[in-house]
Amino acid sequence: MIRFFESLGQSVIAILDYIGGLALLLWDVLGFLAAGGLRWPLAIYQMAFLGVNSIMIVLLTTTFAGMVISLQLAHVAVQYGVSNIVGGGVALAMARELGPMLTAVVVAGRAGSAITAEIGSMKVTEQIDALECMAVSPIKYLVVPRVIALVCMMPILALFSDMAGLVGGSFVAEASAGIPQEVFYDSVRRMAVLDDVTRGLFKAVIYGTQIALVSCQQGLQSGRGAAGVGQATTGSVVISMIIVFMTNYFLSAWLFPIN
Amino acid sequence: MSDPAIVVKNLTVTFGSRSVLNNVSFEVPRGTTLVILGLSGVGKSTTLRCMVGLQKPTSGEIYINNKNIATMKPKELDQLRKRVGMAFQKAALFDSMTVGDNVAFGLREHTRLPEEDIQRIVAEKLAIVDLEGMDHLYPSQISGGMQKRASFARTVATDPDVVLYDEPTSGLDPIISTVINELILELQHRLGATSVVVTHDLAGAMLVAHNIIMLHEGKIVWSGPPKEFAATDNPYIKQFREGSSKGPIRV
Repeated sequence: MIRFFESLGQSVIAILDYIGGLALLLWDVLGFLAAGGLRWPLAIYQMAFLGVNSIMIVLLTTTFAGMVISLQLAHVAVQYGVSNIVGGGVALAMARELGPMLTAVVVAGRAGSAITAEIGSMKVTEQIDALECMAVSPIKYLVVPRVIALVCMMPILALFSDMAGLVGGSFVAEASAGIPQEVFYDSVRRMAVLDDVTRGLFKAVIYGTQIALVSCQQGLQSGRGAAGVGQATTGSVVISMIIVFMTNYFLSAWLFPIN
Repeated sequence: MSDPAIVVKNLTVTFGSRSVLNNVSFEVPRGTTLVILGLSGVGKSTTLRCMVGLQKPTSGEIYINNKNIATMKPKELDQLRKRVGMAFQKAALFDSMTVGDNVAFGLREHTRLPEEDIQRIVAEKLAIVDLEGMDHLYPSQISGGMQKRASFARTVATDPDVVLYDEPTSGLDPIISTVINELILELQHRLGATSVVVTHDLAGAMLVAHNIIMLHEGKIVWSGPPKEFAATDNPYIKQFREGSSKGPIRV
């Protein structure tokens, strides 16, 4: 019994230690930003690498997400004679939840793992030590541009997701339940407001920050050797997703309260 | 002799319950080369890492140019690091940059030199290490020995006062090892820098050292100039020199 509580306590301490590490990393990033330490060329390169190169996979994923939501919703709506709510339903689901969430999942898997693998292999080959020895902060040089890149690119990707889901949904609504495009988009205009989109994009900014911090932290803390980098990379994706999913609940409860 | 460039006093480093360095003290006179010898895992690289602030000592003091690294704030440490160069065991070249950009990195970060001056210095340093015209290649496109030489060029690009070499010849064939050792000697002559070389390459140590210290189990078991190293009857040195498995050094 004592052992159970010991291991429980150790797990709690490890989790708090990790969260504390993330908070300190964020603090350092904000400190460098406040001191004008952002290197735009590096940030722009990261925006292209992490953001622009993720667009296709984000579009593909969210188009099908919008299609499946529409497929399920359209049949039920037609059954109950409320086919004029399908567009609004898909729009709300995409803008409030699925757009930012699925974007975060794709970015954590594609960009987050790339960040951890790159920084982790730099650590293993002493390149991070070399940066420090040359009086260049690895946080300023590696972490800040990546955080800024994901903070800027995540809402843009989420907006693409919203639109892709809506377009996919409208085609499926028409093809599978015979709901005309004009009825679908009229429903979108009636039920969704700009706030639904902007608040969803705000969520994407938060997820982008979280994914960038977790991925960089995992890279900087990665163990020795190829196995260490592999474990750090897997951990980066898993931890990012857990944090994003948990945060999503609280953000949704706060940003979209039930009146 | 002038004041020492490096003074290490009672340096102790422990990792958990394991003691890596135990009250190690030595001095390196300005403009000379100290070689730290010892088996793998006796704390040689840890000593170097402490000297450049990558590892915080458990206790003790490290003075470089009369400034104590152990108590420095990050900004002061960065100022000092601009005057200290470190060549890493695995070269540690930035693999996303060309060899030329690697050598230019410190100059671009810490000086306001125009790009043409930076390119001139890069060409100069690459010529010293016999890598003229290789500036456009990436580290993955050159051999291990060339990577080491490129990392030396990067280390000395900013003309540091102190140069630290971590296992400069490990994993290299004997001929390239000699080339690297001659290069350390040449860099030392050209720059007049104070150098510390961590190695277990005896021939290299005899070639480049003004003084040698031998570490074993976190302590200095012998120190002196290379001539004495070759003649001493100290059982640790004798065993190390002869490469014998019998003696006070237990693996």
